[in-house]
Amino acid sequence: MSTRTETTFRLPAPLLALKNIVLFLLKSPTSTFGLAVLALLILVAAFAPLIATHDPYAQDLALTLQAPGNGHLFGTDELGRDIFSRLVWGARITLTIIFLVSVVVGPIGLIIGTTAGYLGGKVDTVMMRITDIFLSFPSLILSLAFVAALGPSLNNAIVAIALTSWPPIARLARAEAMTFRKADYISAARLQGASPARIIVKSIMPMCLPSVLIRLTLNMATVILTAAGLGFLGLGAQPPLPEWGAMIATGRRYMLDSWWLVTFPGIAILSVSLAFNLLGDGLRDALDPKQMNRR
Amino acid sequence: MSHRRIRFYGAAGQVGTIAVTLLGLLLLTFFIGRLMPADPVRAIIGEDATRETYEQVYRSLGLDRPLWEQFAYYLGDVFTGNFGTSIRTGQPVIQDILHVMPATIELATFAILIGAGLGVPLGVFAAVNKDRWPDHVVRVFSLFGHSMPIFWTGMIALIVFYAHLGLVGGSGRMDQFYIGLVEERTGFLLIDSLIAGEMDVFWSAVNHIILPAALLGYSSSAYITRMTRSFMLDQLGQEYVTTARVKGLSRNQTIWQHAFVNIRVQLVTIIALAYGSLLEGAVLIETVFAWPGFGQYLTNNLITGDMNAVMTCVLIVGVIFIGLNLLSDVLYRIFDPRTR
Amino acid sequence: MEKPILEVDNLRIRYGGASAEAVRGVSFTLGRERLGIVGESGSGKSTVGRALLRLLPGATITADKLRFGELDLLTLSEKEMLKVRGRRMSMILQDPKFSLNPIRRVGDQVAETYLRHFRCSKAEARDKALAMLEAVKIRDPERVYDQYPHEISGGMGQRVMIAMMLLADPDLVIADEPTSALDVTVRLQVLNILDGLVRDRGIGLIMISHDLNLVRNFCDRVLIMYAGRVVETLAARDLDRAEHPYTRGLLAAQPRIGGGRAPLAVLDRQLEWLEEKA
Repeated sequence: MSTRTETTFRLPAPLLALKNIVLFLLKSPTSTFGLAVLALLILVAAFAPLIATHDPYAQDLALTLQAPGNGHLFGTDELGRDIFSRLVWGARITLTIIFLVSVVVGPIGLIIGTTAGYLGGKVDTVMMRITDIFLSFPSLILSLAFVAALGPSLNNAIVAIALTSWPPIARLARAEAMTFRKADYISAARLQGASPARIIVKSIMPMCLPSVLIRLTLNMATVILTAAGLGFLGLGAQPPLPEWGAMIATGRRYMLDSWWLVTFPGIAILSVSLAFNLLGDGLRDALDPKQMNRR
Repeated sequence: MSHRRIRFYGAAGQVGTIAVTLLGLLLLTFFIGRLMPADPVRAIIGEDATRETYEQVYRSLGLDRPLWEQFAYYLGDVFTGNFGTSIRTGQPVIQDILHVMPATIELATFAILIGAGLGVPLGVFAAVNKDRWPDHVVRVFSLFGHSMPIFWTGMIALIVFYAHLGLVGGSGRMDQFYIGLVEERTGFLLIDSLIAGEMDVFWSAVNHIILPAALLGYSSSAYITRMTRSFMLDQLGQEYVTTARVKGLSRNQTIWQHAFVNIRVQLVTIIALAYGSLLEGAVLIETVFAWPGFGQYLTNNLITGDMNAVMTCVLIVGVIFIGLNLLSDVLYRIFDPRTR
Repeated sequence: MEKPILEVDNLRIRYGGASAEAVRGVSFTLGRERLGIVGESGSGKSTVGRALLRLLPGATITADKLRFGELDLLTLSEKEMLKVRGRRMSMILQDPKFSLNPIRRVGDQVAETYLRHFRCSKAEARDKALAMLEAVKIRDPERVYDQYPHEISGGMGQRVMIAMMLLADPDLVIADEPTSALDVTVRLQVLNILDGLVRDRGIGLIMISHDLNLVRNFCDRVLIMYAGRVVETLAARDLDRAEHPYTRGLLAAQPRIGGGRAPLAVLDRQLEWLEEKA
């Protein structure tokens, strides 16, 4: 019955689903807040050159540690740079981190999870053991170790975060793949002679994609906090990059007298990670709650 | 009979799983250690050493051997408790770690008490009021705790509660002039000061631990609250809850004497995991509060590039996690009559 | 006629957020007798049972009259209801696998009823519970007392449930599908135990079931419910003389040993059954 409707008027199903999800999210004030903050983040990052009032790297040693006001909305830092402009440009760094981590983690988690879940048996055992080993560390500590080994830089921080945040995705994809493994249409594909690789890529992965995407959204808050933590410890983005965590780290020395150095970047991190958490929470409600609760 | 056999295999399987996980952990730390672009030989002999000394040290470190052989040596070292010497402190790494661990354990324990004390009642409260306003308030409150960059919140809290209000002690484990006053017996300052009968030191220590512990506790309460709520919702939907009500128990009696009793074991499990995760928060919060614990030791080594010490720290965190997982499994077996 | 235990007049129940009432104007009275309520899934029979105990969170209950003994169940405060539940009115739930708390000893769960309603020591409550377990024909009550629900069989579990619900000697027991989760072989045994206790102690019984034969054998009177209304009330022995087409349809759909080999009749639902009687 449903197949017939699909063949007669091909609706862009993913778009329709997305629209429904967004509509559902807008019903809840907290999710709406999350969506709004993220929209703001994207806009700010996209139009950073237009929004920023100053050059984020321009030092003005005559005007160091200026309190908010006087043409500097959020004040200036220890080198006289405009904090507001640095925050605005920092949004680009945050988005870059989120984007790159997702681009790496999504496929890795999906491939490992679906392969393990579909093939089962020894492959599954081995792959899940590896996943468990990665899961047995708190993500920040493992990222620390990776960055320490690779050398501190923004790119290495992204690599390290990606390396530590694929296991939950793999777990989820595996659980999903296992439910689809026994489905009739998979058997049908097998009977037609499709290879396991083909079945995984063509039939299993698309089915797991939605929940993996949601899980990625949920993970973003953790990714942002880990990246900021690495930046704070001096292991992430290096000065003079306007990364929010690194800004807090340099501002720390002046925090008792010049509160604005640490306050505004912190609020930025908090709002974005809160936005992702609220959004993720809404998505959890919108979709199967049991599945999403798994770590 | 058959029951016992299943249990035996269960235990054996668990030991096997742990062994494999441990081995994987060691492989991971070993390879991360080898990833380092910096030359470990140069780190020891410096830039000006002759080619002969270089070769000699290179060989003495076993770097000329195949990787698997190096790994075998690494394994041997680990199992004989030889984790090498810290380049920074010149002490055996394991001794350093044992020295700083109590400060972190003290902080984490204080924090988990706050986290569980806050998270469990809030989770139950949210579940009982599902989809009504208390549930939403609790949800936002706990998501907030989950979202805050703890190193930043720590600074803001220091500015507000220490610098401006003067309600709590600042950085460190106690006020400056008390340092060295109390003999170190257990390493746990709160206990040591009580043993020594130094109440001033004790209260100073309490004053210093309360803020970092509260922040860590709040951030871990987010996870505890969410899990408590979802466990509790599962139970409240069960028929035995109706039975208890039919017997004449009040809503509160039913919640605490029947439903809550059923989630205790699960709670212990997730609290154990949350306790392990506190180590992660500790790395950041100890840096902010100049807390002389494991987290600060780790970050100091990171900054100086003392990979030997870093990898040992990472390994120890992994082992602690595995240990906590095992502990929660064991508790499960002990406290749930269905697994007996 | 003696004073009825329960008087229900025009009981209406609407679940929160639902557009239609789940129970639409049910009326009946109950003396010291065994009343069966029969109907298909969704007919509202279980809802009536839970409404009497006021255990329908979020649902609105209205009635012209809802009297239980000298009490008006509509106006009773929740605090007063706590003294009614378990002590004067109780309910046997369907499946002991779910209705017993999995991690508490069954004996303690039985004794809890007594502890809740009488001032007594733990030891006294234990003795009462043991005696009650014996009364429901559990052979080794001392041993069963210390067992956990997963260690006992379904039939035994349901007997524990009966013990728990009759321990405080209530005036009315509602049995909500008490045997449908049990093996066919133990159903009769459990029902006989329940029946014996109810008769001996003069307890009013409301048996909620979808099983006409069961109700016919164990009840004095039968209410037939359909779509939230009582369509017919009959003495159990007169069931064969039912007049309402729904009841007749249900009876015709029963398989019978030695009956014809023809396909069983299928209910032919009529829209007018949904309408309230004038």
